[in-house]
Amino acid sequence: MAKTIVVTSGKGGVGKTTSTAAIGAGLAKRGHKTVVIDFDVGLRNLDLIMGCERRVVFDLINVIQGDAKLNQALVKDRRLDTLSVLPTSQTRDKDALTLEGVEKVLGELKEEFDYIICDSPAGIERGAHLAMYFADEAVVVTNPEVSSVRDSDRVLGLLNSKTRRAEKGEGDPVKAHLLLTRYDTDRVSRGEMMPIDDVLEILAIPLLGIIPESPTVLRASNVGMPVVMDETSNAGKAYEDAVSRLIGEQLEMRIQPEERPSFLRRFLGRRA
Amino acid sequence: MFGFFRKPPQQNNSAQAAKERLQILLAHDRSDRARSDLLPLLQRDILEVVRRHMRVDSDAVEIKLERGDDMSSLEINIEVPDAQPRPAG
Repeated sequence: MAKTIVVTSGKGGVGKTTSTAAIGAGLAKRGHKTVVIDFDVGLRNLDLIMGCERRVVFDLINVIQGDAKLNQALVKDRRLDTLSVLPTSQTRDKDALTLEGVEKVLGELKEEFDYIICDSPAGIERGAHLAMYFADEAVVVTNPEVSSVRDSDRVLGLLNSKTRRAEKGEGDPVKAHLLLTRYDTDRVSRGEMMPIDDVLEILAIPLLGIIPESPTVLRASNVGMPVVMDETSNAGKAYEDAVSRLIGEQLEMRIQPEERPSFLRRFLGRRA
Repeated sequence: MFGFFRKPPQQNNSAQAAKERLQILLAHDRSDRARSDLLPLLQRDILEVVRRHMRVDSDAVEIKLERGDDMSSLEINIEVPDAQPRPAG
């Protein structure tokens, strides 16, 4: 039975697309047939983070409007044959998304894939609403920072009221997980950043993972590679742990240290 | 003498402040979700009551809300241009 998971946050810039790419690739690495879908109509970026931007021909909107078949719009990942990307339109606006259209596309994807990961746009408008509407589970991406935590709380309210599971009252409510990103243990120990426990106490949902602030995230996006494909990256390892928990493995929570270049490397690096 | 090597006291633990501010704010956010129209309704009703007794311009009403930890205060200022009671009848 295919599972639909929305990656959402309310606030922009907290790491939704990075997390979608990493979780999607992590699931695919484990052999699960996975598709990642970009719901940010007009601001397409998931293709870029996934490194398939030059192979996009058709998109989600073309499929919804009947201009292309779903299989024509799906872009297969070249590194993982279990992974596909469904890009969105760069030129249309979010009104091109319809509830019926999204439902139809997700229905077709469910026949082919084990996991459908929906990358929500920021905000709580139409695109974000439709990205979460059909979800079975939600990954709420949050930075340990006041505006991000507040927006996550708002999004949790919407997951409990404005989704199909909430409206139809069938089955369990959408299962929400907290993914804490850009976590910096040094700043936490200096009292400059809220610790994990405080964010958990406030949002009161189970913790899926803690992603450390890491230069490898930018490096991965620079080259269009989901960060879990970088075996040396601590952020990648943290995402791998999160993926394990997402598929139900019991795993002790550990905080990967941030990667800071050593003094010597910084010294040498600057001269290089 | 070894004070220099000790960690400086955390004079400004801003993370703690962040947590406390969020706790207060979210308690209000969550209760407001159910009744987001509280303030406009309150303003309408209060104005209606006052208008029974005197002439008040609809934009002469100012409502301020200060949210606190233990208590919140609602401040309502009504500008009354002339204090003459409305003529009977």
